[in-house]
Amino acid sequence: MSSTHHVTTESKPVRLLLIAVAAFILSLFLLLPLIAVFAEALRRGWELFLASLKEEEAWSAVKLTLMAAGLSVPLNTLFGLSAAWLVTKFRFRGRAFLLSLIDLPFAVSPVIAGMVWVLLFGAHGWFGPWLAEHDIRIIFALPGIVIATVFVTFPFVARELIPLMESQGADQEEAAVTLGAGGWRIFRSVTLPSIKWGLMYGVLLCNARAMGEFGAVSVVSGHIRGETNTLPLHIEVLYNEYQFSAAFACATILALLALVTLGIKSLVEHLSGHTSNSRH
Amino acid sequence: MSITIRSIHKTFGSYRALEDVSLDVPDGSLTALLGPSGSGKTTLLRIVAGLEFADDGPGKVLFHGEDVSGIPAGKRGVGFVFQHYALFKHMTVGENIAFGLTTLPRSKRPKKAEIGDRVRELLKLVKLEGLDKRRPHELSGGQRQRVALARALAIKPKVLLLDEPFGALDAQVRKDLRRWLRVFHDEIGLTTLFVTHDQEEALELADQVVVMRNARIEQVGTPQEIYDQPRSPFVYEFLGNVNKVALNENSNQYIRPHEIEVCFAAEHDPANGKLAKIHHLFSAGPVATLTVRLEDGQFLDVELSRKQLDDLALDVGDEISLKLGSAAP
Repeated sequence: MSSTHHVTTESKPVRLLLIAVAAFILSLFLLLPLIAVFAEALRRGWELFLASLKEEEAWSAVKLTLMAAGLSVPLNTLFGLSAAWLVTKFRFRGRAFLLSLIDLPFAVSPVIAGMVWVLLFGAHGWFGPWLAEHDIRIIFALPGIVIATVFVTFPFVARELIPLMESQGADQEEAAVTLGAGGWRIFRSVTLPSIKWGLMYGVLLCNARAMGEFGAVSVVSGHIRGETNTLPLHIEVLYNEYQFSAAFACATILALLALVTLGIKSLVEHLSGHTSNSRH
Repeated sequence: MSITIRSIHKTFGSYRALEDVSLDVPDGSLTALLGPSGSGKTTLLRIVAGLEFADDGPGKVLFHGEDVSGIPAGKRGVGFVFQHYALFKHMTVGENIAFGLTTLPRSKRPKKAEIGDRVRELLKLVKLEGLDKRRPHELSGGQRQRVALARALAIKPKVLLLDEPFGALDAQVRKDLRRWLRVFHDEIGLTTLFVTHDQEEALELADQVVVMRNARIEQVGTPQEIYDQPRSPFVYEFLGNVNKVALNENSNQYIRPHEIEVCFAAEHDPANGKLAKIHHLFSAGPVATLTVRLEDGQFLDVELSRKQLDDLALDVGDEISLKLGSAAP
């Protein structure tokens, strides 16, 4: 037994203790709240649960959330890909600055991120009068929600891809260039296949955050019921009005979304783990 | 097809990578760009390929007399083999080799069957028949190198450019592949330019050796010329296997170990010899190497045949006399 011990392995009691601590913390902070959400939502029975989900305002919040994510995730996939391509395949002045700029949304509080847009596009903002003149609504409307979501979720795809593309270098792309391939062909058949798992992972995280974003969206949305409330905002409204069952019923949608995201994420990791042997 | 390089300058920011480099690579030759790292050899190769562009100025690259300086890499018709092969990891060997053909515009692209034939032909050429369904990670280093070569040859390039082609391989494979490449080059006769930092590789493989140092070309010649008549102390030292003998404060004499004559101390002639003591003796192989210590404390390597060593019956600690001749200072 002791002969199979690895030098970095701890003794059995220590291992059990560590596992127990980890399991305890995980159940306290992750599992318990998750169970609470579902328990609370179903406390007054299935009928009320389903009724809360069928309510018009809930339904419109779901639609708005899907729309905001549906617009901002593709945009950020595109931005993230271009940014990662730019900073990893080229060397230029201001590259380091751009790299830290990509991280800005992570560093800034979401509330500030929302307020910046109100400052720019709000009724009393810099472009407010001009927008009002041309009858364009950004703040307290879908465009504002999308802009805020795009801003907050920008780093996910780029951050996932940059280390990956950095480690792969530009050799394969250069080989393709000497073989006569054009830019699009290189991207499609050389770059994309080698980053597809990282990209998918980044898009998943970006999507999860886009649907769950609260702070920045809360500032720009204006909380107009049935119009500019996304799902997280709608849940807050219900909760503040003491409609706990309805609030938790809606919360289950977000919780389920998180679970599905995690499921796909582990599937992606499993699949990419099988192909990563080819990285040598 | 000959390659002509005229007054190329290249700077990266404030770093000078190439300074006024001109070179002629004759049609059908196998030419080595030899130099330490940072000498500019890889940059020069990449400029010939079109992966890098020379600074503005009179500099240009010509293939068979035709200026290609403004032509992008993909249209120059160069076969480029990267140091770490740069195979497309998610494609099979066959798909890798076919890439240059499948990427052609539809009007010029050969039919599927023709591409298949060409891939098989190339696999045969590089002695990898039947491996077309494998993935790069299932191959050994030497096999990957040959797939990279086949992929570069698929587009029927006018010139072949190799960046440290044997750099990532272990000693035995390196030697085999080196011999194979020489035979291969003689068979297909494609003008080939390769970069190496290994002087033995350059001297053994190339028809013409270009020694580079600090962004400039130091000497160009056949391996024989480079070895026998090094034009500068740098070339002497870089080719290695040479003794640097300090004559006085600011002049040195370079002499190769096998150029030193050894005789008994009893036959010593102070006019054209130096006394030395044998410090170490290595005689496993056809040639024996003595490390000797001169009276002034300098160490020299001396090579002699085993027979000579036996005839002289030398051993560690013996006193001997060396004739250093009049090799170039």
